Amino acid sequence: MPTIEIRGLCKRFGKKVVLDGLDLVVPQGRNTVVIGGSGTGKSVLIKCVVGLLRADEGEIRIDGEDVTKMDERELVRVRQKFGMLFQGAALFDSMNVGENVAFALRRLRRYPERQIQDVVEEKLAMVGLRDIQHLTPAELSGGMKKRVGLARAIASEPEILLYDEPTTGLDPIMADVINELIIRMRESLGVTSISITHDMASAYKIADSIAMLYKGKIIEVGTPAEIRHSASPVVSQFVEGRAVGPITAEHEEFVRFVRGSGESGERKEQ
Amino acid sequence: MAKEGNRIGLNAALEKFGTRVFGMLEDLGNIFVLLLQCVSWVFRPPSEFRNIVKQMEEVGIRSMPVVLVTATFTGMVIALQSWSGFQRFQATSLVGSVVALSITRELGPVFAGLMVSGRVGAAMAAELGTMKVTEQIDALVTLATNPVKYLVVPRVIAATVVLPILVVFADLVGILGGYFVAVYLLGANSYVYINKTYQYLEFKDIYTGLVKAAVFGFLIAIISCYNGFIAQGGAEGVGRATMRAVVASSMVVLISDYFMTSLMF
Repeated sequence: MPTIEIRGLCKRFGKKVVLDGLDLVVPQGRNTVVIGGSGTGKSVLIKCVVGLLRADEGEIRIDGEDVTKMDERELVRVRQKFGMLFQGAALFDSMNVGENVAFALRRLRRYPERQIQDVVEEKLAMVGLRDIQHLTPAELSGGMKKRVGLARAIASEPEILLYDEPTTGLDPIMADVINELIIRMRESLGVTSISITHDMASAYKIADSIAMLYKGKIIEVGTPAEIRHSASPVVSQFVEGRAVGPITAEHEEFVRFVRGSGESGERKEQ
Repeated sequence: MAKEGNRIGLNAALEKFGTRVFGMLEDLGNIFVLLLQCVSWVFRPPSEFRNIVKQMEEVGIRSMPVVLVTATFTGMVIALQSWSGFQRFQATSLVGSVVALSITRELGPVFAGLMVSGRVGAAMAAELGTMKVTEQIDALVTLATNPVKYLVVPRVIAATVVLPILVVFADLVGILGGYFVAVYLLGANSYVYINKTYQYLEFKDIYTGLVKAAVFGFLIAIISCYNGFIAQGGAEGVGRATMRAVVASSMVVLISDYFMTSLMF
């Protein structure tokens, strides 16, 4: 089973620095949850891990192999270790549920068709769905889409699962169903996983360890209990969801700065 | 004060223009890269044969009615126009040749190209754009599938192969449309009309038209796929990508048509 080691990861978009020398180690068979505000680069982080985005600097080692230096053909091989659940499930809407789940199986391995049907049925059963192979994604509810997305991600038996905001946009009950599934995936399949979320209830429930992403760096890693009682003012503001604290103070300062410079600009023109 | 204001206005306009030019060059470079990727993925397993057939059906069979209707009416209107023009110097016997040559050399491929730009180009850009903004293209990548190989290669191959076939039918019905108007509505002599059609039509006229059609199909598919791939920002972004795909591919059809004609004849 693999570990993921990220060292000094940098990613910029134009002038905007999103990840700025990020370090994170994801131990094997564990669920690491990365928390952080919207737009702090959580999605960018896992997209770099799976090679959807190219890192500008730093290294990402999957089982010791650095994916940032790989060419596309090697990446295809490494990506077979991964399964990813997307925020909006990202089901292929030109295909029905069965074809979605079977997609990687048909592309990668030459299973006989009969066997593929069995695997699809089994994976759907693992996420608590049955007899919906013929439905199209448009006919599914948000929670069902996510579960089908999860079934598709685990169809080719990945060693690493990446969850992009698995509970966002779901009602609390469905969110908990997804949380239970994520825990079950770890227990029954033994997969290593990275989840990113800003839903603290979900993070506390599914995490073996929680890492807080702030200003392009991981500023604290700990067990759920440690994070809950963190001494860091930034972490504690985030996990307790307070409107007042260091994270927003800076924002307010920025707003004041912009307003201030705007006013002085006007004055200059006069 | 006013002078300074003018200068700022001019600078801003120049800057805007420069940004546009750089944007276009960037697009051009990216399309070229996409083309190279297509070439590098086309022969690698697994085969996309079923996908190609599906796209051929989409581009070919579904576009057939539109292309046939436009080609028929184009042939008809040329017969009508050239008849009234040629009457002025008693050359109505040449209407058959005019129809046949203009349809096979120019109007068959160009109109088919424009119709396919609108119909297929828009569909490709909208589908790929939606897949992009809903992360379906990212999902393909995580399912060990290269999106260029899976999405772009089959579309480009299908459009390149199918457009000439569409044009064969367009040529046929265009000439028939002209014949119908000339002979049944304007009273031309059927024998003379057919004779003149054959007399001046060379095989070269037909195959150059088909080569043009293949190039159009290729350009439409790759431009539309590219615009779909770079879509971002939800429904609005997909709309913009679709619009750009249709405008760009229609323009490219007409522009490349000029250069191909000047090279071929």
